[in-house]
Amino acid sequence: MSATTTSTRTTTAAVRRLPVLGLPLRRRPLLVGALLVAACLALAVVALGTGDYPLTPLQVVQAALDPSAGFARTVVLEWRLPRVLAALAFGAALGASGAVFQSLTRNPLGSPDVIGFSTGAYTGALLVLTVGGVSTAFASATGSATGATGGGAATTAGALAGGLLTALAVYALARVRGAVQSYRLVVVGIAATAVLHAANTYLLLRARTEVAMAGAVWGAGSLSTTGWGDLTWALGALVVLVPALVLLAPALRQLELGDDAASAHGVRVERARLALVVVGVALVSVVTASSGPIAFVALAAPQVARLLLRGPGLSLLGSALVGALLLVSADQVSQRLLQGVPVGVVTVVGGGAYLLVLLLVRARRTA
Amino acid sequence: MSGGPGSRLEARGVRLAYEGRVVASDLSLAVPDGSFTVVVGPNACGKSTLLRAFSRLLRPQAGAVVLDGAAIASYRPKEAARRVGLLPQSATAPEGITVGDLVARGRYPHQGLVRQWSAVDEVATTDAMLATGVEELRDRLVDDLSGGQRQRVWVAVALAQQTPLLLLDEPTTYLDVSHQVELLDLFADLHEAGTTVVAVLHDLNHAARYATHLVVMKDGAVVTAGAPADVLTAELVEDVYGLACVVVPDPVTGTPMVVPRGREARRPR
Repeated sequence: MSATTTSTRTTTAAVRRLPVLGLPLRRRPLLVGALLVAACLALAVVALGTGDYPLTPLQVVQAALDPSAGFARTVVLEWRLPRVLAALAFGAALGASGAVFQSLTRNPLGSPDVIGFSTGAYTGALLVLTVGGVSTAFASATGSATGATGGGAATTAGALAGGLLTALAVYALARVRGAVQSYRLVVVGIAATAVLHAANTYLLLRARTEVAMAGAVWGAGSLSTTGWGDLTWALGALVVLVPALVLLAPALRQLELGDDAASAHGVRVERARLALVVVGVALVSVVTASSGPIAFVALAAPQVARLLLRGPGLSLLGSALVGALLLVSADQVSQRLLQGVPVGVVTVVGGGAYLLVLLLVRARRTA
Repeated sequence: MSGGPGSRLEARGVRLAYEGRVVASDLSLAVPDGSFTVVVGPNACGKSTLLRAFSRLLRPQAGAVVLDGAAIASYRPKEAARRVGLLPQSATAPEGITVGDLVARGRYPHQGLVRQWSAVDEVATTDAMLATGVEELRDRLVDDLSGGQRQRVWVAVALAQQTPLLLLDEPTTYLDVSHQVELLDLFADLHEAGTTVVAVLHDLNHAARYATHLVVMKDGAVVTAGAPADVLTAELVEDVYGLACVVVPDPVTGTPMVVPRGREARRPR
């Protein structure tokens, strides 16, 4: 009862906050963020320098900055940069999307790659390619470095439609008496993933051999075919989606407090949630349309970021940075250590190990 | 029933229903300005539903909730949230959040694209923590607090909103009796400082002790409303709750105190 009479005690220094969003400025997140950015840049330089035509980091920087660098410049800017940029941008998109859905579902398993959204996006893209017969898009998947910008639009649209329809169906099925239950959402999502996997296999079996071959490689999730063509298309889409996400971030932070509290604070809960789902699915779909479904980055990045930052909830920016770092690393592993095994395979294996650790840690904590 | 001259928040003939199940068909209630209004009634009488309507969580199917003379549904949500605050029954703190950061989130309705975090927000956050006695917990994790402390933090979140009206949905549920009284005293302090408080409570004796305006509901309708001393009688409790009781003056405050007869009522006298 006397707790309100302690005014003589010295007040703790108030946390300094960013004027934008009132985010607290603390040493740890700033330091971790800076380290993540530095690690991404360092890995990018290394990635730009390794391959059949090896370059030292210094040579990479020179080649990038000096227009008269000749062949080294071609190697760095034309051959390798699109792939490295794609790994960074797509990793960031997947990480941010994972943070959105794990926050909305309040569940570390409520990630777009687990609850069927990326599989659905892949189904949508496959439908466009096999049924719609847009063969040009597969020029990129079959390895021609020319890049097929025209097909990019159609497959991205297909992927987006597939992802959104899946999200809609999963949300509808997870709704009980007007409220979406997180646990039910995950279970329904896993079932949807299984069904969509079967659909994808069927689509590939029905397709012409060369289309099916390319589709299967693509379906494993690969950055090996990324050229400037699809990349500009994907980056263009991300340029629209990122500001949208920034605008929605404050509402997402209020939604973490529960629907009632968020609503009492003046969030239009249903509208905000719908917008977040659309943006989150779009982020995954853009990546899927360009590189196939790359699993587990969206699942792991937000949780890794949370462990590193120790901040409240899941950080969108932190998840994006960790996602970028994870995908660039996984792509290097796939290219250098495993002789071109698709990066999606690397992330699945790495993600499987991560899931086991997650389950073991949780089991020990609750035991 | 007329709310008299001063009522900023009022339900006018509202029909409240969840997915077809009608809780109240024609409910009117005015919250007197500057009052500590407490709504009581048996389970499923519609008291929490009414509070949900007051706080825009449930849209009436007919009638309207009126805030400052205009239908509350016609307000921009943030504008309404600057006038009416809510302590919800179920709120979740994000894992790893500190008390200070959680309370700061109560400033959301005061922020926008143009109006970002400022010294005003900092002061409001600190004031809310001082008022609820959680300022010294500022850097502690909400996960590590006791139930009573945590509920105080959630009150601070609602206070940081700096609303002239504050709604409390069963704020003392799950707390032990000392924390219940502590929290109700806090609400009484807030009320004395000028906030109009509307609370849904289960405990009739708490209601009688703290309310300046007691509203008794049954089956989606208001049975009676007024000062506890005028309203709370043994006949009313018998009628509304079906409970035989005697009402005596509270030895501490003199407000009516309900003492159930229970099985003693059946014994021959």
